[in-house]
Amino acid sequence: MSMPSAIRKKGWSRKQKRLALIAGLALVLALATTLVLVALRDQIVFFYSPSDVIAREVAAGQPIRLGGLVKDGSWIRDGQDNSFVVTDGAQEVAARYSGILPDLFREGQGVVAEGSLGPDGSFIATNVLAKHDENYIPKEVVDALKASGEWRPEAGQ
Amino acid sequence: MSIELGHFALILAFAIAVVSTVGGYTFWRSGQRIALVLSQGAVLQFVLVAVAFAALIQAFIASDFSLLLAASNSHSLKPLIFKISGVWGNHEGSMVLWIFILVAFGAMVAAFGRRLPGDLLALVLATQSLLTAAFAGFTLFTSNPFARLIPAPIEGNDLNPVLQDIGLAIHPPLLYAGYVGFSICFSFAIAALISGRIDQAWARWVRPWAMLSWTFLTLGIAMGSYWAYYELGWGGWWFWDPVENASFMPWLAGTALLHSALVMEKRNALKIWTIFLSIITFSLSLLGTFLVRSGILTSVHTFASDPTRGLVILALLALVIGGAFFLFAMRASTLRQGGLFAPVSREGALIINNLFLATAVGAVLVGTLYPLLLDALVGTSISVGAPFFNLTFGALMAPLLLVLPFGPLLAWKRADVVGAAQRLIGAAALAIFCTILISALGGVSISLAPLGLLLGFWVAFGAFAELVERSRIGRMPLGESIRRLVGLPRTVWSTALAHFGMGVTVLGIVATTAWETELVTTLNPGETAELSGYTIDFDSFGQQPGPNYMADEARFTITAPGGSTRQTLADRRTYVATGMPTTEAAIETYGFSQLYLQLGEPLNDTHVVRIWHKPYITLIWFGAILMALAGVISLTDRRVRVGAPRRAAKLASEPA
Repeated sequence: MSMPSAIRKKGWSRKQKRLALIAGLALVLALATTLVLVALRDQIVFFYSPSDVIAREVAAGQPIRLGGLVKDGSWIRDGQDNSFVVTDGAQEVAARYSGILPDLFREGQGVVAEGSLGPDGSFIATNVLAKHDENYIPKEVVDALKASGEWRPEAGQ
Repeated sequence: MSIELGHFALILAFAIAVVSTVGGYTFWRSGQRIALVLSQGAVLQFVLVAVAFAALIQAFIASDFSLLLAASNSHSLKPLIFKISGVWGNHEGSMVLWIFILVAFGAMVAAFGRRLPGDLLALVLATQSLLTAAFAGFTLFTSNPFARLIPAPIEGNDLNPVLQDIGLAIHPPLLYAGYVGFSICFSFAIAALISGRIDQAWARWVRPWAMLSWTFLTLGIAMGSYWAYYELGWGGWWFWDPVENASFMPWLAGTALLHSALVMEKRNALKIWTIFLSIITFSLSLLGTFLVRSGILTSVHTFASDPTRGLVILALLALVIGGAFFLFAMRASTLRQGGLFAPVSREGALIINNLFLATAVGAVLVGTLYPLLLDALVGTSISVGAPFFNLTFGALMAPLLLVLPFGPLLAWKRADVVGAAQRLIGAAALAIFCTILISALGGVSISLAPLGLLLGFWVAFGAFAELVERSRIGRMPLGESIRRLVGLPRTVWSTALAHFGMGVTVLGIVATTAWETELVTTLNPGETAELSGYTIDFDSFGQQPGPNYMADEARFTITAPGGSTRQTLADRRTYVATGMPTTEAAIETYGFSQLYLQLGEPLNDTHVVRIWHKPYITLIWFGAILMALAGVISLTDRRVRVGAPRRAAKLASEPA
């Protein structure tokens, strides 16, 4: 390919070239930094245990991740609609989810659900996170259980 | 017995690696003689690790449960292929696979590197041996895969059911080949820094290795994405999960490396940056392999984490990465820059590529590590999910895709952007036409969808502009044009195909995001559901035993909008050994679109069924396969095949 550069006869000086390059770099980096900061402010989701939800008075509609154990005997299914109670031993939050729960969703097991609180204070999950094996308890859940004094590593976990 | 043999082979490989490292770094100045010794050492390491790996595979195939690893991860009833892939479905075994690929690449350098200057080859092989020593040592001392179990149990614990899939046989070897392949670029960078010599020939030697690794990594990531899509039953193909990001960051950095090495090879510019990228790409690969195992990140994909090894892993990472960057800081200023160019030029375009890709790596890195830092410093648990990455990564990729078609049309040194734009008018017109057509037919459900489509089509069509230009189609008799097209260097074809594949992937992402439909409903045998013109009849439900599981099978008949019918099967399996359930979705492909059926747990004889229609979703992976194919085509280019020519000899023969 031999394109004659007839348009710009004069060419840029070495200094101008370097300046243009640095200006371009700075521009993209500034753009990226702004984006990352804005996104970190607005797009992150906090992880709360049921105790956190109650203590912090999380506003309805704010997206959060709720983690804890599924309370024994609390899982009720009606077709695709599920309701269950998430507990960390100290506090409980009722949760609802419409859809198919992950294979390893069980009462007494750890769970992490994404969603937000409804106007009635119950949690409406948009997504219940799957996990790959039965021994895996999300680290956040372990921390939350430890915080509420309910962590019993020997209890089949 | 063979297990002890394997164990001994791995110890011996470790010892040879240690000796090679010390010898190589001490005597690299003596050139060919030490290089010859190290080459033989590299081949020996390969043979020994192969023996160790084979011993593990043999024990898994024979269901020798006196091997702790086999007892914890295998089962005698498992199909043969899963017995073999089960070897690397755990931490210890996957370390052996990782080392096996590492020494395989080392042996390849030894085999193909005879034309390299002796001192450079010696330094490269010494660095490879250092990596082998580090990771073989880590495996032997903290995660011994050859540990025995006495008394041997009669039956094994079986492998995690989710991993009993053909995906485990394909995905980790491909991904590791990608990760580990970049170690060659890393070793070349270290060698250049130590010897203080770096020129265009260096880039010419490194680029094929980068291309090979990139090709493996592209396939590995695509395969992983498809596996997660069909196996996990979330119906999604990318979750911006830390593990996924960990594999994606080396891919982004590797893509930047391919492009910057091109500038270095052709124009002798961007040397320091290319060295930097070589180091960063492999560092990110290491991060990808090991950060998720250290137990400090939580991820749904974590399968081999053990927090007790976390500190050792972090120390090892800090040593390798920190050492490399220390060397870089000490020596980079001694490398001389060359090759002046105007901002509007092929070099300038490739710098834009690198700038955006590197920034994107930064954004993904921040998103992946920020929760970790916040947790460590403030103690707040947060998750950074898809919205963060869609905003930052998306906003960075859009301008890159916009300028991408210009790149190959610009001349080196100084280019005519107006001329390039003129040659892209056809592609732009086609892209606008297709976007309007599809938006009119499909309806606009997401405001950004037409913009995404436009970008996808623009990149896909624009990829062919260079082929059109160089074959002079329409301005010459057709026969002559075809002759020119066939005669083009394979790298030109490779560039066009890779960029076209990128466009195809973008189209798949946009189409499936914008026009996906979903239905969750209760359904019983004999009932019918309807979604996006497809009719789904639930025919029957029954139990069926598999080799090492019991399956609840649901049979469906799908009637496509065109009237054709297909039988399909979705099941839920309960594995005998572990009692763990898995869901196998029914996926039917229509053209490039897919219908995805997932069966829920039955309750009082009612079944919940989740049905997705995913338009053009296979384009996502199809585009990735095209990109990998482009990598293969580039590797068959004559200039690579013939091997690296003597240093400096090619300076004059450069077409402008």
